[in-house]
Amino acid sequence: MARAVSYLGFQHIITNDIKKISEADRIIFPGVGAAGSAMDSLKHLGLDSAIKDFCATGKPVLGICLGTQIIMSHSEENYTRCLGIIDGHVRAFPDDIKSKDETRLKIPHMGWNSIKIKKRHPVLSGIREHDEFYFVHGFYPDPVNSLNVLGSTNYGISFASIIGTRNIIATQFHPEKSGRPGLSLLKNFCTWEPC
Amino acid sequence: MLSKRIIPCLDVREGKTTKGIKFKDNSDIGDPVEMARFYYEAGADEIVFYDITASHEKRNIMIDMVKRVAENIFIPFSVGGGIRSVEDMRTVLLAGAEKVSINSAAVENPGLISKGAEAFGNQCIVLGMDVKHVGKSSQIPSGYEIVINGGRKYMGIDALQWAIEAQNLGAGEICLNSIDADGTKQGYELNLTRLISKNVNIPVIASGGAGEPLHLADVLTTGYADAALIASMVHYGTYTIPDLKVYLDSQGIKVRKNW
Repeated sequence: MARAVSYLGFQHIITNDIKKISEADRIIFPGVGAAGSAMDSLKHLGLDSAIKDFCATGKPVLGICLGTQIIMSHSEENYTRCLGIIDGHVRAFPDDIKSKDETRLKIPHMGWNSIKIKKRHPVLSGIREHDEFYFVHGFYPDPVNSLNVLGSTNYGISFASIIGTRNIIATQFHPEKSGRPGLSLLKNFCTWEPC
Repeated sequence: MLSKRIIPCLDVREGKTTKGIKFKDNSDIGDPVEMARFYYEAGADEIVFYDITASHEKRNIMIDMVKRVAENIFIPFSVGGGIRSVEDMRTVLLAGAEKVSINSAAVENPGLISKGAEAFGNQCIVLGMDVKHVGKSSQIPSGYEIVINGGRKYMGIDALQWAIEAQNLGAGEICLNSIDADGTKQGYELNLTRLISKNVNIPVIASGGAGEPLHLADVLTTGYADAALIASMVHYGTYTIPDLKVYLDSQGIKVRKNW
C-alpha cells in the first residue's frame, strides 16, 4: 500500500501512534488477517477510538479489505464486535456457494472480479463498468442501509464490495494490487475533499 | 464472477532472468524488474518469480529485486525457490511480494505450511507441487506421485493426498506442475489438474506444458484450473498476453480485459 501511495507521489507515514493519526490529513486503514485478533490489537493500542475519532472529524478515510470489515458493527469471523462506524454485519461466504452454472465456488474469493457501481462517488471517478479489482477474502460486509453500498460484486451471491458514508469509503478488494483502476481509485482518494 | 488468471513465470538466478523476453525484432529484455513491468502493462493478472540461485549467500540479491518489483508493479506477485523457513517467508513478504511459494521444503517439513499460514494468513502461502504420473498402486492411489529436486527424487507421497493435507494445513493456493508435461509444449496435464482442482477447495494454478492458446483454454475449462502459468510461449514473443486473452474471451472464458 505504501509503495503504491509513493508511486502516485503522495507523502505518507505508516504508524500506530494515536497522536500522528489525529494529525493526519487523511488515513488509509488497510488490513489482512482475522477480525478477532485485529480488533484485539487495535484495542490494545487504543487505535479503536483513535480511528473512530478520526472518522468523526470529517477528514477522508479509506478502508481496505479487513480494514473495511472492521469499520462495520460486527463480524461473524471469531464473532467479533467491530468499530460500528457503518452499521451492519460482516458475513462468511456460504460453504456450498455455487456459480450460475452450478459449479462449486472456492473459498476464499481470490482473484480478479468486476464491480457494479451503485452510487457515483468522487473516489470512483474514472472507474469503468468492466474494470476488475483484486480480491482475497472469505467474509464480506453487509451494510444495513443499502445507501451505504457504493459498489457490488458477484461471487455466487452479490455482495457489497465498496461501501461508504460521508467522509468514509472502504473497499473489500485491494486497490494497491489492482493495476491501473486500483491506482486511479487511490489517487482519487488522496485528493478527495469530502464536503 | 472471478476471471481466470494468466500468470507469466520468470526464472531468476542471482537477480537476473535466465531467459529474457525476446521480441520479433530480436531485441530483448533481461532484467526481471523490467520484464515484470512489461508483463504488468501487457495485462498479466499476477507474476510468479522462481529463484534458482544456488548459493544462500546471494539471496539478498533476490530480496533487492523483490523490493524493486514491488515499487514498480501493482498486481500480486509471488516468489518461490529457496524459501525454507518462516523467517525466509517474512523477508520476502516484507520486501513486497504478495505470496510465497514453497515446494520441497513443505514436503520435508509440512509444519512450515501451518506456521507460515498462522504468521501471514493462508492467502500468502502457495504450495508448489512437482508431480509425476507413476500409475496407481496401494501407496499412490491417485497414480500421481510427488517428486522433488526438479523431478529427480521420488517421495513416495500421493499427489492428491498431499494436496488435501496441504490445504488442511493452511495452504491458500496450489501451483501444480506436471514434470511429465513440463517443457513439452504439448499442453497441460489435464487429468492431473482436474483431479487436484476438483478435490480441493483452494485455487489451483496449472503449470507445465503450455505451448498454444488452446492449451490454456483446455486447462481452464476441462482441467478446472483457476489460473494458468505460462513461460516460453510469451517469453519468446510467440504470443502476447493480450493475444491470449482475446482468444480465451472468444472461447467464452472469463478473463480480465481492462488493465
